[in-house]
Amino acid sequence: MVPVLLGIAFITFALVSFAPGDAIRLMLGSESVNVANVERLRRELGLDLPWYHQFWNYLLGLLQGDLGTSIASRQPVADQIFQRFPNTIILTVASLVVALVIAIPLGVFAASRHNRAGDYVALGFAMLGVAMPNFWLGLLLLIVFGLELRWLPIRGIGSLEDGILDYASHLVLPAVTLGTSLAAILTRLTRNTMLDVLGEDYVRTARAKGVRPDRVLFRHALRNALLPLVTAAGMQFGALLGGAVIIETVFSWPGLGLLSINAIRQRDLPTMQGSVLVFAASFMLVMLITDLLYAAINPRIRYG
Amino acid sequence: MADAPRTTPAAPGHGRRVLRSFLRNRLAVAGTVVLVLVLGSAVLAPVVAPYDPMKMNLTNAYAPPGSAGHLLGTDNFGRDILSRLIHGSRISLVIGVVVVSIAATVGTILGLLAGYLGGWVDELVMRAVEIFFAFPFLVLAIAVIAVFGPSILNVMWVLGLVSWPLYARLVRAQVLALHDVEYVEAARAAGMARRRVMFRHVLPNVLTPVIVTATFGIPEAILASAALGFLGLGVQPPTPEWGAMIAEGKDFIRRAPNLILWPGLTIMIVVLGFNFVGDGLRDALDPRGKKG
Repeated sequence: MVPVLLGIAFITFALVSFAPGDAIRLMLGSESVNVANVERLRRELGLDLPWYHQFWNYLLGLLQGDLGTSIASRQPVADQIFQRFPNTIILTVASLVVALVIAIPLGVFAASRHNRAGDYVALGFAMLGVAMPNFWLGLLLLIVFGLELRWLPIRGIGSLEDGILDYASHLVLPAVTLGTSLAAILTRLTRNTMLDVLGEDYVRTARAKGVRPDRVLFRHALRNALLPLVTAAGMQFGALLGGAVIIETVFSWPGLGLLSINAIRQRDLPTMQGSVLVFAASFMLVMLITDLLYAAINPRIRYG
Repeated sequence: MADAPRTTPAAPGHGRRVLRSFLRNRLAVAGTVVLVLVLGSAVLAPVVAPYDPMKMNLTNAYAPPGSAGHLLGTDNFGRDILSRLIHGSRISLVIGVVVVSIAATVGTILGLLAGYLGGWVDELVMRAVEIFFAFPFLVLAIAVIAVFGPSILNVMWVLGLVSWPLYARLVRAQVLALHDVEYVEAARAAGMARRRVMFRHVLPNVLTPVIVTATFGIPEAILASAALGFLGLGVQPPTPEWGAMIAEGKDFIRRAPNLILWPGLTIMIVVLGFNFVGDGLRDALDPRGKKG
């Protein structure tokens, strides 16, 4: 774990420090390139030091929670990220919930109707869901439910002071958009693992004993099909985080993704660098949680 | 597809069986037809596209689909949308194929070295794989492109750079499984040089899963490059890249939603085509069970 964390830190460090041309010029933009300015900012950022020295300083800063200073707002990057990050967690977790709520029932349903119409409908959804560009789906939903039907707000985040309903209504479109492709992946996975499990001896035994079909499906089969589902959902969380960058820009959802895209547009490399680091660290954390969860539900694995 | 038989040596009739199994899969055949059409329109773009994709005609902007001479209508600059989509297929296909070629080549070589040589080489490669996997794929791609600047060339190498670990891990696992197989051991025992064993005896036998993974890698790269184009970090307008077309069209969604409708549908159909072919290929190459 530690080498991987160091590696992540090194890559985010390298993004800015080994940037081609000159990161400083990039940050100042082409208009105000002036030798004195460049030199001043370079010293300010410690970029006149040898790279290993810079990396050491970067690591020391990280340990103290210092992610540098934003070029655009002159605020500490860590503060900005701290403000925005909860919104990204809310969005991605909501998307995960959307995905699971669609995928598990649909996958079980498809497996129980193997090679019949219901199965094909579920598979059709699974195939379309992964093939659609998520930003395009977001725009379509925005047109239909936001602009035409006027059911849901199309941008920004609600305030909890205006009530939970207002907050939730802002969350619906981004969360559904972001959750759809994961729902598609997990639907197919649930269906396939259910089909495998339904062919097992213990399922046949349960049926032979006269256990009700829905009980066989949910108690005997689904519980065993959940393991691969947990692993897949954890691994796919990275795709949710990456997708959040795009979906947050579509719906102006003020999370870490929107922060990093705006930082890129303003050539604010320290803010982008900090955001990337936090994205990677949170993905690692999710993978860790996934492993623990896997152990918790798998009766065959016990730690300690 | 033509590569498939080579990967499983000493099995006469294997290639034909794979082909027959593939052709029995209706979705795979449909996917193949789609890909042939898209490839054809990409190669013949200047011939089959009814108009110049860059030619503006402001007096005929926002022409609805089906209006005189413009099957899918025109965009905000009066450019023919169909022609832009046809020319865009060149960009997306090239990006998809180049990205996967970079990723599969780098990943296969590193995975082969890691799996066969073991030791510190293995340690080094697998650590790098772990570190790359720790980043959400698109986040890393966006960050690197932000630093190097958006261009089609940067999109290709950056997406290739962030995709190789998948292939490395896959190939390494295959190589480890093959390490003590009899014909590999025999080659070693016969005093064959390590490099020769690796590339002549091990490599060909790990290529099948690489080909299947690569088939799914192309549509993924197409989706990723469209997302980058949409964010303004990929191919830049006025180049008719599908994602960039959606980005341009999103300012006019009230007035003319078809500006974003067609490019999105096109991406979806092409991605579906690749996925169908990939599914068919995987099922045909893997004799054990099939599920949709």
